Amino acid sequence: MELLRFATGGSVDDGKSTLIGRLLYDSKQIFQDQLEAVQRTSVARGDDYVDLALLTDGLRAEREQGITIDVAYRYFSTPKRRFIIADTPGHTQHTRNMVTGCSTADLVLLLIDARAGATEQTRRHAMIASLLGIRHLVLCVNKMDLVGYSKERFDQIVDDFTGFAERLQVYDLTCIPISALAGDNVVDRSSEMPWYGGLSLLDHLEGVHIGSDRNLIDLRFPVQLVIRPISNEYRDFRGYAGIIASGVLGVGDEVVALPSGFSSHVVSIDGPDGPLQEAFPPQSVVVRLEDDLDISRGDMLCRPNNRPNVGQDVSAMICWMAEAPLRAGSTFAIKQTTRWARALVRSLQYRLDVNALHRDSRASELELNDIGRVHLRTTAPLFYDEYRDNKATGSFVLVDEQTNATVAAGMLRRPTL
Amino acid sequence: MAHRLSHLDTLASEAIHIIREVVAEFERPALLFSGGKDSAVLLHLATKACWPQRVPFPVVHVDTGHNFPEVLEYRDQQVNKLEVRLVVGSVQEDIDRGSIVEQPVPGATRNRLQTFTLLRVLEENRYDAILGGGRRDEEKARAKERVFSLRDEFGQWDPRAQRPELWNIYNTRHRPGEHFRVFPLSNWAELDIWQYVEEQHLELPSIYFAHRRTVFRHSGMLLAVGPWTQPRDGVASEQAFEATVRYRTVGDMTCTAAVESTASTPAEIIVETAVTRVSERGATRADDRFSDAAMEDRKREGYF
Ligand SMILES: Nc1nc2c(ncn2[C@@H]2O[C@H](COP(=O)(O)OP(=O)(O)OP(=O)(O)O)[C@@H](O)[C@H]2O)c(=O)[nH]1
Ligand SMILES: [Mg+2]
Repeated sequence: MELLRFATGGSVDDGKSTLIGRLLYDSKQIFQDQLEAVQRTSVARGDDYVDLALLTDGLRAEREQGITIDVAYRYFSTPKRRFIIADTPGHTQHTRNMVTGCSTADLVLLLIDARAGATEQTRRHAMIASLLGIRHLVLCVNKMDLVGYSKERFDQIVDDFTGFAERLQVYDLTCIPISALAGDNVVDRSSEMPWYGGLSLLDHLEGVHIGSDRNLIDLRFPVQLVIRPISNEYRDFRGYAGIIASGVLGVGDEVVALPSGFSSHVVSIDGPDGPLQEAFPPQSVVVRLEDDLDISRGDMLCRPNNRPNVGQDVSAMICWMAEAPLRAGSTFAIKQTTRWARALVRSLQYRLDVNALHRDSRASELELNDIGRVHLRTTAPLFYDEYRDNKATGSFVLVDEQTNATVAAGMLRRPTL
Repeated sequence: MAHRLSHLDTLASEAIHIIREVVAEFERPALLFSGGKDSAVLLHLATKACWPQRVPFPVVHVDTGHNFPEVLEYRDQQVNKLEVRLVVGSVQEDIDRGSIVEQPVPGATRNRLQTFTLLRVLEENRYDAILGGGRRDEEKARAKERVFSLRDEFGQWDPRAQRPELWNIYNTRHRPGEHFRVFPLSNWAELDIWQYVEEQHLELPSIYFAHRRTVFRHSGMLLAVGPWTQPRDGVASEQAFEATVRYRTVGDMTCTAAVESTASTPAEIIVETAVTRVSERGATRADDRFSDAAMEDRKREGYF
């Protein structure tokens, strides 16, 4: 069975958690005791109806405030697919948790309150999804029950949003009118909106094609661990363990090790369940080579005629996630694939204005939850690809060296001269 | 299969990646091994992550003293087979030393007391990363936790201050005295565990499979009649009777309940799990029934 990972997005109170609760409930994935617990909490709080958002809002503070603060992960499956859901917070203050939830997603459900239409936060989330290279966006126009299930209202919101989305990189946009509260078009098609000719949300999620989202062309194998057993049985064993980041690696293939540049041939590949002839993403494997090369953690195997960029001066889009603003001249620890180095922010090129999608190049700093373009100089060369072509080798995090906090998510761009 | 991984292989590769990150980036890791199904799967994946080396870190068992004998037997057998080092933290010893005080009720659960012993063992051995078999689908507070979950020098979890966790790039940096709890099975559901047990022919303690046992009903749950749990005298609803049962989780004998079932193989359990209407913890754990935030509160204090 195939795994689909999706995340929710949208402004605070647009109904993300309610929708996830509804999806789980109507597809009969809620356990009786969990439902009873939610009913008890709802009654105790004096709600008029059972608040299905409580199924994912699992922290005390979330239940008290009635908002989502951090990502909740939920799991469910239908006969067609296995799903991992990341229900993320809409509140601006918690945007970094939304980025966390989206970073591993194949698809984002972006909710809009039909009464309010798209807000700045809706646009910010759409932009984050696009920056994170998420190819599938489902615009769920929610709370249709509160606008009389109006086709006009739906069309208006869709038109408005499509205009904005055209300027982002969204490969696949689907728009569905729903009511998370009443369950319209969530699992089953709604009788309230006969004018809507599309699929219910669940049908869409079960069918959306994600197989070609992976990069099976550019072989990249970041070495995670060198395995050299001290044992009689495996005296001369020297294996390189890691995840195939992209591309397909076969026994007998010629590979080049970076940074050394020496080449060799693959003698064997061992997966979790034994020897393989071929490995592909996201398999965890152990690779052995014909020659004893000097390779350590953080090095990379690729093909002689298809290599990543190698450089210490890199350009990237970042989502800034710390309270203290980012300014040029600061230094951080950087982790990219399996390597750590240090990175100096040489310059801040621009800050993205989320509403106008305008580049503000006079900005001198990035504040919490801002998105911007930076130039970095790293202490060691990075082996990387443009994030758009290769998420696994195009992504990095910045870490504050004093507090050890993760302060930025970064997406590398093509080197500029 | 055009270069597609099944969901189970995807989850296994992800878990192995996480375990290898721990081996690569920490100085003194350890693995929590309770003998339950999740920790059995975790240990199995650790052997794959380290293959063909032996698992280079110790396994830690926090022993409440209220164990199912079948589980202790299984623990020792696995430890011998895999040639790993076992470190046992005994709750009983901490009680005897006066470090923790047990509620003066016969058969009181030692579930919460485990936290002290766990933190003591971590500190004495200066472990900087503890691999655990926790799954996000078990409980709603767990559903909120990061894969690499930072604990302060008191072992506490602060759910309001979790670091962003992006892609599969894990930030393992920490100050001396702080440590990480690492959960490679975060994205596994109960059904995945059983499918994996079946696929890999994993051995598990016998109590996971249907067997005859003398039990009694206590607040809606089936508890075994044993050294720490007996029906209360004169309470008619707590009549002991013999039934065919199995356990869905394994914990302290005082608070782990059985379910009636005739499933005696992983395949039969998979069929039952796919249609069950009660969650794993709801069916079997008295400890989580007290309040909505029982697990969150315990985790804040440093629980698993
Ligand atoms: N009438 C109506 N109310 C809805 C609908 N969906 C959600 N709501 C209500 O909107 C409120 C907010 O819903 P949540 O699901 O908590 O919103 P959220 O998007 O998860 O909010 P955050 O996670 O805090 O950003 C709740 O009171 C819901 O009952 C809907 O379709 N119709
Ligand atoms: Mg929410």
